[in-house]
Amino acid sequence: MRRAGRQERYDAVVVGSGAGGGMAAFVLAVSGLRVLLLEAGRHYDPLRETPMFQLPRDAPLRGAGTRHKPFGFYDATVDGGWEVPGEPYSVAEGSEFLWWRSRMLGGRTNHWGRISLRMGEYDFKPRSRDGLGFDWPIGYADLAPYYDRTEALIGVYGSNEGLENTPDSSPGVLQPPPKPRAYELLARKACRRMGIPVVPAHLAILTQTQDADRLPAQLFPGNALAQRVTADSMRGRAACYWATPCGRGCSIRANFQSTTVLLPPALATGNLEVRSNAMVREVAVDARGQASGVHFVDRETLLDEFAGARVVVLAASACESARILLNSKSGTFPDGLANSSGLVGKYVMDTVGAGVQAHIPALEGLPPHNEDGASAMHMYMPWWQYGEQLGGALDFARGYHIEFGGGRRMPGFGAFSGVEPLTRGSYGQQFKDDCRRFYGSFLHFDGRGEMIPNEDCWCEIDSAKVDRYGIPVLKFHWKWSEHETRQAAHMHRTFAAIVDEMGGRTLTPLQSDGAKAIATGGQIIHEVGGARMGDAPGASVLNQYCQSWDVPNLFVTDGACFVSNADKNPTLSIMAIAWRASEYIVDQLARRSIG
Amino acid sequence: MSGGEMTRRTALKVIATTTAVGGAGGVSCAESGDEPPAHEELSGFEPPPPRNPLAAGTPTDPDLLAPSVPWESVLTAEERRLASVLADVILPGDDRSPAASAVGVVDYVDEFVSAPGHEELLAIVRGGLVWLNRTAQERFGAGFASLSAGQRRDVCDPICFEPAAPPLLKPQARFFDLFRDMVSTGFWTTEEGMRDLGYVGNVPLPAFDGPPPEVLARLGLSGEDLE
Repeated sequence: MRRAGRQERYDAVVVGSGAGGGMAAFVLAVSGLRVLLLEAGRHYDPLRETPMFQLPRDAPLRGAGTRHKPFGFYDATVDGGWEVPGEPYSVAEGSEFLWWRSRMLGGRTNHWGRISLRMGEYDFKPRSRDGLGFDWPIGYADLAPYYDRTEALIGVYGSNEGLENTPDSSPGVLQPPPKPRAYELLARKACRRMGIPVVPAHLAILTQTQDADRLPAQLFPGNALAQRVTADSMRGRAACYWATPCGRGCSIRANFQSTTVLLPPALATGNLEVRSNAMVREVAVDARGQASGVHFVDRETLLDEFAGARVVVLAASACESARILLNSKSGTFPDGLANSSGLVGKYVMDTVGAGVQAHIPALEGLPPHNEDGASAMHMYMPWWQYGEQLGGALDFARGYHIEFGGGRRMPGFGAFSGVEPLTRGSYGQQFKDDCRRFYGSFLHFDGRGEMIPNEDCWCEIDSAKVDRYGIPVLKFHWKWSEHETRQAAHMHRTFAAIVDEMGGRTLTPLQSDGAKAIATGGQIIHEVGGARMGDAPGASVLNQYCQSWDVPNLFVTDGACFVSNADKNPTLSIMAIAWRASEYIVDQLARRSIG
Repeated sequence: MSGGEMTRRTALKVIATTTAVGGAGGVSCAESGDEPPAHEELSGFEPPPPRNPLAAGTPTDPDLLAPSVPWESVLTAEERRLASVLADVILPGDDRSPAASAVGVVDYVDEFVSAPGHEELLAIVRGGLVWLNRTAQERFGAGFASLSAGQRRDVCDPICFEPAAPPLLKPQARFFDLFRDMVSTGFWTTEEGMRDLGYVGNVPLPAFDGPPPEVLARLGLSGEDLE
């Protein structure tokens, strides 16, 4: 990897290599721009490093999650988690917040859940619909073409169901969904009686190989370079072979990771240079108030370096991008860069999460069969009560979807722990027989709901504390509103009803108090906002193209630009928005209106 | 079939049972509830060189392709012998699979209680093993390992279900609960354990066909249930 030379000036420097940064680097590079991509973590190569088929038996503690590997030993995340050595953060007194970071090439896209749901028409205009939160400066129609293109590029399985605020994709875009598992069919049967839809989930996993002869020309009309590298990349990806968890990453490139889907074709253009171990601390500004590049610390030499560019694109993850902006203080911008509105770091959102575990006797003792499938869910329940909610029948304003799983998974750490309420503490032959009986009969139901942005959820620079690179750290403030806690309580009621309808019983406590049911802020790892887009400079940080109102050659293409946080998991939207913003950057550079 | 409301710890354990690795909102090291060591605490122990040249071999970046346990097991030979007996009391051999001790469960128990940060668990297990022997001596005049199957049950029955254990035996019941959890994980994650349960995945397939007809029939799923 070439060192970023001080003399060299790139067309664009992109900070962060995950969903937002990977997509920006890809689109800019295939458009012919010279791009430097800076990643704070180490280089990472899923083709060489992914533990496909490795067994819990061979891992320390049988693969248990630990402080250093929170989602289990084999989880793709390296040098990441709720704590990063040498990189602390603060949480204000009275607040609780957890900040997940992945310091590795590709960021969180290496281990994410692959759930790829489009935001719908309501989701872009929530304030217009119910008077709460804020409207986006764009509508669904603005983003729909980019959803189509993102889904076609990365490969997303699912179906078009024509459901309210749950958009269909254009014909030919989605890959076929996998067949439902036994417990998914059983849940659907129960939910149908209850009026709850259970439909194929949308996940970024190839169920068949991509059509490399057709798709690249559709995605990049008139761009021979983009077509060539995309076609080559698609030909190098295999379809899922229905084994080994996606969270470990995928060495056959069947699922979406920035490192297997975006960065290889971007590098193949010859226009992209990737520099890992580069911890960005500040955006540099020239005498005209334009961004001139970024200052970063080389994590190995601990030396400060500079990379110059015509355009700076931040995609370091929502809060990290806000941190870089707030730390970019100068005489011209004493409150941080792009912050004339005072809104940088404000209106941070996560997803509302609550879940229960359940035992379904009907699933006991089924004939052995392979239920691995795509490892994650094949079916899910989209929100179904839009009408009742708008009509005031519910005591919370926004919806949630339900993710569920369980069944005949590979036994791992914790196998049959906690079954004592069912076994009354059996041991010996009885315990062995009990385990055999209960194997496959446990399910979990998890709600993922919309959080309404509020003034009590934000981050700022904690000027009293720096990380090991000398960069001032973030301090988080957090408070759920009743819309979120009541929604969490509603989730528990719904799960209990579904489990009851399936003839089972819940194993975890049901909470009527949503404050006890709701996950900690940040825990769902969907933090977005902090540099929201909008119609006007005074009330937003960015315009609809993720462009800073204050500094026209500065862009933020990660989740920081989010105005609301629908129950639709944000990664797909981040990529669609980043694609749209990157096309705008290409256009503006060509016109020489920026840079 | 009751047992009242589950504790938070028990709830987390069920999550570990039923949730696959990864996924948003995952639960970390739920079983032990305490914190694994900081990197510095592991210094002084030389892990083998990583086979993945990109991995740093540190706790946050271990070699996932050639896993190793970067700490030493600390149970004594005597403790391991007794742990082995108790493991087989909890999961004995039968016609479908071997006993716990035959598939390396005691090695796993030793690894688990020896892990940096698990010092409290180690104390619970050591104390529990001492209690087993002492109780066996008091009641039957011999160590636990020398007791008959029936005598072993007499010792274990009062502590096998914490909610029902007498107040003075609650700590021993928690020991038994912890030990059963370790034995269960250690056993069912082996190839023998997975085969016994009928886990037949983790193999590449050309297609995913969904549940076979006999499974659908057992669940009463047919016709429009499948559409």
